Amino acid sequence: MSMDRREFLKLAGLTCIGIGVGGAQLLVRSRIASSEYAPAAEGLQANRWAMVIDLRKFRTEEDYDKLIKACHYIHNVPSFPDKYHEVKWLWKEDFEHSFPEQKNRYLPEGIEKKPVLLLCNHCSNAPCVRVCPTKATFKLSNGITAQDYHRCIGCRFCMAACPYGARSFNWVDPRPYIKEVNPEFPTRTPGVVEKCNFCVERLSEGLRPACVEASEGKILFGDLRDEGSEVRRYLAENFSMRRKPELGTEPAVFYIIGGGEEHV
Amino acid sequence: MFEKALQGRPKYWLWILFLLGITGAGFLVYLQQLKIGLGITGMSRDVSWGFYISQFTFLVGVAASAVMLVIPYYLHDYKKFSKIVILGEFLAVSAVLMCILFIFVDMGQPMRIFNVLLHPTPNSILFWDSVVLTGYLILNIVIGWTTLEADRKEVPPPQWVKPLIYLSVPWAVSIHTVTAFIYAGLPGRPFWMTAIMAARFLASAFASGPAFLIILALLIRKLTKFDPGKEAIQAIAKIVAYAMYANFFFFLLEVFTALYSNIPGHMASFQYLFAGLDGHGKLVPLMWLSVILAIFALAMLVFPSVRANETTLAITCVAVFISLWIDKGFGLVIGGFVPNPFERVTEYWPTLPETVISVAVWAFGFLVLTMLYKVAVSVREAQGPGESLH
Repeated sequence: MSMDRREFLKLAGLTCIGIGVGGAQLLVRSRIASSEYAPAAEGLQANRWAMVIDLRKFRTEEDYDKLIKACHYIHNVPSFPDKYHEVKWLWKEDFEHSFPEQKNRYLPEGIEKKPVLLLCNHCSNAPCVRVCPTKATFKLSNGITAQDYHRCIGCRFCMAACPYGARSFNWVDPRPYIKEVNPEFPTRTPGVVEKCNFCVERLSEGLRPACVEASEGKILFGDLRDEGSEVRRYLAENFSMRRKPELGTEPAVFYIIGGGEEHV
Repeated sequence: MFEKALQGRPKYWLWILFLLGITGAGFLVYLQQLKIGLGITGMSRDVSWGFYISQFTFLVGVAASAVMLVIPYYLHDYKKFSKIVILGEFLAVSAVLMCILFIFVDMGQPMRIFNVLLHPTPNSILFWDSVVLTGYLILNIVIGWTTLEADRKEVPPPQWVKPLIYLSVPWAVSIHTVTAFIYAGLPGRPFWMTAIMAARFLASAFASGPAFLIILALLIRKLTKFDPGKEAIQAIAKIVAYAMYANFFFFLLEVFTALYSNIPGHMASFQYLFAGLDGHGKLVPLMWLSVILAIFALAMLVFPSVRANETTLAITCVAVFISLWIDKGFGLVIGGFVPNPFERVTEYWPTLPETVISVAVWAFGFLVLTMLYKVAVSVREAQGPGESLH
C-alpha cells in the first residue's frame, strides 16, 4: 500500500504540472483565437473601431434621449416597465456612478450628476468573450465584440464577467415590449443575452452607427489604429477617459468630460 | 443489485412517494419557467445569478467531500472507513446530479445545452466545469457500484478500479477548484476576485459534506440494521472540526484584506451582506445567522466530549451544515453582484416558483440518494459485522 501511495503522489504531482502547463497554454492561445472571425468585406472598414463621446457637447436631456431612441428602435430593444427585466444597449447614468472609482467631491459644479452615455465598450481583452462557454460572444478582427443570439445558451456567465454592466438578458419574451418593430433587424427570443453591437450591420452597409449619426457630431467614430483618423486627432487634442482602465480590458469607448461648461 | 432499491417497507415507499411528489410539483413549475422564461425568478439585470447557481456552488462542495473518506481509507489504509466510504461516494453521485440539474434549470435556452460540447471553448471555465463534473459523476458511480458489488459477492474488487479510485482524489479537488475559478477570475467583481476562493471552497466543502454524512450515518443506524460504526463517525467529526476551523480562518482572511485595505469596492459587498448598504439589507439577518451558527459549531467542535456525545454531535453538524449553506448557498453568489458595477444596489430574493423548483431539485437528489443508500445498506445488512475485503 505504501508503494502505491508514493507512486500515486508522483503521478498526482505530474498530473498537476501537466494540467498547469496545458491550462497556461490554453489561456495564452485563447487571446489569439479571439479574432479569428472577419467582419463583412463591404461597407466601412477599420482595424480597430473606436468611439469618442464628447460629453461637453451634450447639454439637454434630449441630446441623450434621441440617441437612445434611435439605437433602441433600430435594434428592436424592448422597454420593460419592470426594472428587473430591463434590456438596454445605450443608456445614461450619472458621472459618479459611471466612474465610481473617480470619487471626488470637488469636481466642477454639476459634473457629479451629469449624465454619461453608456454602452458596450467593445474591449480588446473582453472578459465576456473569455468566459463564454459556446463562443456565442466573440471578437471580430475590427475590434467589435459580437453576440450570436442563436448560439447563446443563456448561462449569463458573460453578465457576471462584464465589469461595465453592459449586458442584458431576456428574462421574458421581449417582443410584446417592443413599441415599434424594425423589420430590418432580428428581435430576440427569451433566454438569450444581448448588448450593443457597434452597429455592425450598419457598418457593413457603409453607414455609421445610429447613435453617432443621430448625435450630429457629439460622438465620433473611427479607426483607432489609423493615426490620421478623426478619433485619433480628437484624442490627441482633448483629455479623454475610459471606464475602469485599471482592469486591463482596453475599452474602445472614450469619454471627454470637460470642465466648468454649462451642464444639464 | 439495483433490485434492492425496489424492495422496502411501506415507510420506505412513503418517503419515495413524498420525494417523487415534490419533484413532480417542481417539474410542473419548471414547465411554466420554460414557457415564460427566467423572469419568474427573482433574478434581474443586476443580480443575474441567484438561488439556482448558489445551490450548484454549494452542492459541488458536498460532492467533493467524498474525498475526505476516500483519502483515509484508500491512501492511508484506515480500515474503520471500509463500510462507510460507499456512503461518501453515493452522496457525491446524488450531489453532482443536483449540480447538473441546477445548472440546467438556470439556463435561458436549455435546449441548446449541447452547444457546450458542439463548440468546446477551453478558455471558458464553465466548459471545464462541465468536463470535471461529468467525469466526477462517472467516476463515483463506477467506483461505488463496483466496490459495493464486490462486497456483496464477498470478493475483493477488480484491480482496474484501483487507478480510478486514485484518480478520483485529485478529481474531487478539481471540481471545487474549477467551480471557484468561475468566480475568482472575473475582473469587475472584487468580492469574488480573491486568490483564496478555491481554498476556502474546499475548506467549507470538507466541513459541510462530512457534517451531512454524519447526520446521514446516524439516521442509517437509527432506521436500518446497518451500523456505520461509532469510531468511523468520530473520525469524520474530527475532519469536520479541522475543516470548519480552516474555513472560518479563511473567511477572516477575506474580511481582513477587504476592511484593512479600506478599498471601497472590496468592502462594499461585505457591508451589504453584514450591515446593509444604502438602506438595503435583505440578507443581513441571514448572514448573521450563518456567523452565529458557525461560532456555535466551532465552540462545540473543539471539545472532544461534545463530539463524543452523538446527540450534541448531531446538533453541531446541523449547525455546520446550515451555516455553510447560507454562506455559500446564498451569500457568496448574491454578495458578488451587490453592489452592481455602478455601485448601485439592486436586491435579490428568490420567488415562490424559483423556490419550488429549487426544492424539487433537492428532492430529486434525495430520491437518488435514498435509492443508492438503500442498495448500499441492504448489502451491508446482509454482510454482517466485520470489514470489507477491499
